[in-house]
Amino acid sequence: MRSERLIVDMISCSAHGMCAELLPERVSLDDWGYPVIDAAPLDPELVGLARIAVQSCPKLALRLQREPARAPARARR
Amino acid sequence: MPSRPPRRMNLNELVDSLERARLHGHGGAYFPTGTKLRAVASQRRRPIVVVNGTEGEPLSRKDRFLLSARTDVVLDGAFCVAHALGADAIVVGVDHRRVQVIDALEQALAGRPELADRGAPVVEVIGVPDGFVSGQETALINFLNGLEAKPTTTPPYPFEKGLRGRPTLVSNAETYAQIGRIVAGRFDGSRHVTVAGAVPRTTVVSVRPGTTVAAALTAAGGVTEPISAILLGGYGGTWAAAAPALELPLDEPTLRAEGLTLGAGIIFALGSSDCGVSEVARVTRWMADQTAGQCGPCVFGLDAIAGALEDLCAPGLPGRDRFRSLAQVQRWCAMVNKRGGCAHPDGVSRYVTSALSVMAHTFSDHAGNGPCDRCEADYRAANAPLRRSVRTGQAVPV
Repeated sequence: MRSERLIVDMISCSAHGMCAELLPERVSLDDWGYPVIDAAPLDPELVGLARIAVQSCPKLALRLQREPARAPARARR
Repeated sequence: MPSRPPRRMNLNELVDSLERARLHGHGGAYFPTGTKLRAVASQRRRPIVVVNGTEGEPLSRKDRFLLSARTDVVLDGAFCVAHALGADAIVVGVDHRRVQVIDALEQALAGRPELADRGAPVVEVIGVPDGFVSGQETALINFLNGLEAKPTTTPPYPFEKGLRGRPTLVSNAETYAQIGRIVAGRFDGSRHVTVAGAVPRTTVVSVRPGTTVAAALTAAGGVTEPISAILLGGYGGTWAAAAPALELPLDEPTLRAEGLTLGAGIIFALGSSDCGVSEVARVTRWMADQTAGQCGPCVFGLDAIAGALEDLCAPGLPGRDRFRSLAQVQRWCAMVNKRGGCAHPDGVSRYVTSALSVMAHTFSDHAGNGPCDRCEADYRAANAPLRRSVRTGQAVPV
């Protein structure tokens, strides 16, 4: 099974803070209320909670990204 | 008008020769151009070629120089890439205020023999709103697609879904000029850099990889006063101490090994009569104002960093407030780094963090002893009371 990680689309985010409320293990808020996300792969026991946080984001800015099997041609841009 | 039409290469020939020349993008990101071409060519739909000549970096002059004085070399590169990719359109994006650049392009295009060919690409020159972020590749594509000149979320990247939803090769104008030279067999590794700051005037010079920073300053007319620090890469770039930096070669791999980059090809020399703190505060405020206004860390973070830097230049602030502001600048620079949809906050973070380490003494002196004379003068000039001129109706100092 491939691991999953949490990502945020900062352009869509408007600092509702739901993610930090629901998943404090991985999300904290900066001085302005925007999420700072631990990008490390999620531990299996957190995946369920992360899914709830993703579904609860009012702006649909939070996503779970499946770890790619192989880095795409332009992974870093 | 070119003496003869440039050689045509198929995709593999072109990518091979770009890779042999080790060509990387000249817009600042230093992405290998051959890899980008392959990524575009591997897509299913017919690609489009975009020449990014927006040059939103205020210190840069090289793109407008190349587009107006070396127009045909840039177009050689663009036509060659379009041919190799089978693209049916070339779009050149230029800052809408640069009328002379647009004129030069229109004139050069009128004399291009390729346009008479059957199946020749449609070429358009389009004016783009000015602004630091509007030249960012997804912002440019978004604008050309009829939307705002603001960055969009990636993925999808332009190479997969760009202009009109088609795979799009977006590269800096100088990158196309380099491709034009490579195809014509006239590539020698030289590039154009803009030299600004403590030189007689902002100048575009052609440099080879072995040319040192000091030699580039000399080529631009020589420094007008002793140099206290050097900024490489422009407002999103990195400060370096003057003494070691002057001897560095303008060779991107060497610079990158030192944690530096020429970015879009910019050298700025800070003269010793200028105050580094005041300069950094002024530039950071400008960069904060240039935010596209989309991402919280950029909108609020850059404004906070600029405000805290301005505290160091403001007369009449208690010393402990200045020390707190200086500490906050450090914290906030780390906080905004890599937290935007585009790299705008990363650039400001790099610019300010490197200034704090290179000019550490000047910054702590300002925190401890308050603004220097130069800061006070800049502060007074920026906050001078204005009145409306009776004759012209414009704001003039009281």
